[in-house]
Amino acid sequence: MTDGRLLDVRGLTVRFPTPDGVVQAVSDVSFTLSRGETLGVVGESGSGKSVSNLAIMGLLNAQRTVISGEVEFLGRDLLKLSPDELRKIRGKDIAMVFQDPFACLHPMYRVGKQIAEAVTAHSDASRSEAWARAVELLDHVGIPNAAERARDYPHQFSGGMRQRAMIAMALVHNPAILICDEPTTALDVTVQAQILELIEEVKREFNIGVILVTHDLGVVAETANSVMVMYAGRIMEYGPAAEIFGRPQHPYAWGLLDSMPSIERRLTTLVPIEGSPPSLLTPPSGCAFHPRCRYRFEPCATERPPLAVPAAGTHADACHLDWEAKVREGAKRSAARLGDAA
Amino acid sequence: MSRRLDGGSKRAEAPARPAPGAGMTENLVEIEHLTKRFQVKQGVFARGKAEVHAVEDVSLTVRRGETLGIVGESGCGKSTTARLILRLLDPTSGTVRFEGRDISKLSQRALRPLRREMQMIFQDPYSSLNPRKTVGQIIAAPFAIHGEKGSKLRVQELLETVGLSPEHYNRYPHEFSGGQRQRIGVARALALSPKLIVCDEPVSALDVSIQAQILNLLRTLQSEFNLTYVFISHDLSVIRQIADRIAVMYLGGIVELGDSESLYERPKHPYTAALLSAVPRATTGRRERIVLSGDVPSPVDPPAACVFHPRCPRFHEGRCDVEAPELRELGPAHAAACHYPLEKWPMTDDELRRAGGTAQAASG
Repeated sequence: MTDGRLLDVRGLTVRFPTPDGVVQAVSDVSFTLSRGETLGVVGESGSGKSVSNLAIMGLLNAQRTVISGEVEFLGRDLLKLSPDELRKIRGKDIAMVFQDPFACLHPMYRVGKQIAEAVTAHSDASRSEAWARAVELLDHVGIPNAAERARDYPHQFSGGMRQRAMIAMALVHNPAILICDEPTTALDVTVQAQILELIEEVKREFNIGVILVTHDLGVVAETANSVMVMYAGRIMEYGPAAEIFGRPQHPYAWGLLDSMPSIERRLTTLVPIEGSPPSLLTPPSGCAFHPRCRYRFEPCATERPPLAVPAAGTHADACHLDWEAKVREGAKRSAARLGDAA
Repeated sequence: MSRRLDGGSKRAEAPARPAPGAGMTENLVEIEHLTKRFQVKQGVFARGKAEVHAVEDVSLTVRRGETLGIVGESGCGKSTTARLILRLLDPTSGTVRFEGRDISKLSQRALRPLRREMQMIFQDPYSSLNPRKTVGQIIAAPFAIHGEKGSKLRVQELLETVGLSPEHYNRYPHEFSGGQRQRIGVARALALSPKLIVCDEPVSALDVSIQAQILNLLRTLQSEFNLTYVFISHDLSVIRQIADRIAVMYLGGIVELGDSESLYERPKHPYTAALLSAVPRATTGRRERIVLSGDVPSPVDPPAACVFHPRCPRFHEGRCDVEAPELRELGPAHAAACHYPLEKWPMTDDELRRAGGTAQAASG
């Protein structure tokens, strides 16, 4: 288990004090990441999926955030490092790719120049060496004619090419972890397929760990080895992807699957999750999902279910339902989905 | 006297109108050879003038009571087509007929009474509602524009129809979540009891659980009020869920048009096939995916002949880059614009290329 372990996050909690109260953005999140693993983090807007990654990267304003827990990266707790020490890791050992590749590239600098800058940020390569490395990486991520295109400005790149350039930039120092936050949300579906394929290739080739944050269950099902389902800042279900999609155990995961339109067939009716996500200023008592849950019963409103692997289960969930109910309802969902695939 | 006569003749004309063509009653909207080009400036001193070929020679009909889905990637012209149908844009050429009447050359004044028959629901529920107006004012606006008095009762009735509470009348948009805002947009579109509603990516900005609520709402309203929808989306799963017929657009043109079932089960155009295979699915198990190379070319200078040929896995030199394929019938209620349509589905990437080769051998 421990070999190849890159990241061990324990009890990560993020609070934003605001004049209206404390926003409980992330609460008690624990997970691990190993080499060669793609961890998919799914959830709706405001579920804390991006904030937890920003916290890991040390990208949240320390003055306005209260972070607790442990983020152990190769034996060091990232949350205890000084900003200077963290800067040596961020962008080097842990790199990040964001949603909007246009906002991430400076419009007035050549793409190659920006990647070369990332090279010199963590090494003493000369300018020409850095440029050569930039061209090499652009070529590597599938930019045709890389030597020439490196001289282009971002606006001369299409959306897909810009995202490739961002991935090239992330790879500059052979990182151990690549965090991709909604990397394909701004892209068309055919380009999305190309980028997901590229991330998979990069992962295999460099033997790195990938954290893929997305709201798209389809993207996760196709690319992730393990999945973490988040709601209202907490983990609802966590385990191997095949288990989560094959035997989902949490009513929130069922709700997500039920409300997804299928490309395989027209469903007689979609079953949405009623209501809307709670305010994180005043999250519900007990289980955060209980006000919207069809399966809620008496303990749900008062007692928070811990994230745990049920005695007979294969992966962890945070739900009070008894095991039989979880198996029965989960089987229904996976049968419906497998029926789709057939 | 003469006034009365006028009125009389109009009344006499009215019932006669639908009679000349029975098709008129069946088709709410008919568009023929619709083209829209936008002038853009090119070059450092804006010397060169170029044209964006936003919509090229599109013909289709929207039947009463159906949902026509228009699907395609960004820049394929789906929103422009919708705006042309509503005459929010003037076509460069071609005609749009609404209930049999050519509206492509009507003046704004003549269009006005027709506007109440066609409404629109927008993508972004945050920017499509005026933050300074109450929900009541927003939904009553269409009445005011058309010189009617929208009573408070009527507005509250509309709020209930879309699943909001009548007490929301005096609230402001910022007090609502994304899904609720989209419901307000739907209520506003319904206010004047339109015949046609164009929905431009109405669920793209919403989370999946909320998206399902809005899709269900739109379907309920359609049967309740006998609405016709033109539904635009880039999301093929959403389109499958809501549309009866589907037009797939690529670079300004329709590449495939057919009944939903037929199009998803037996796609004929390689582009449709690539789109379908590119959609990630929440199922366990893997499938082969057709990955298109490259990006969509610029609509300023679209490729010659078949616009898809530079990216097409079935490309044949001397045919696809020479002769533009017409949209032709390839099955019942199913047409595609391709010289080498797919024989079966699903197909592996390899089969896709190989089968194209035999087709050429046969034709050559």
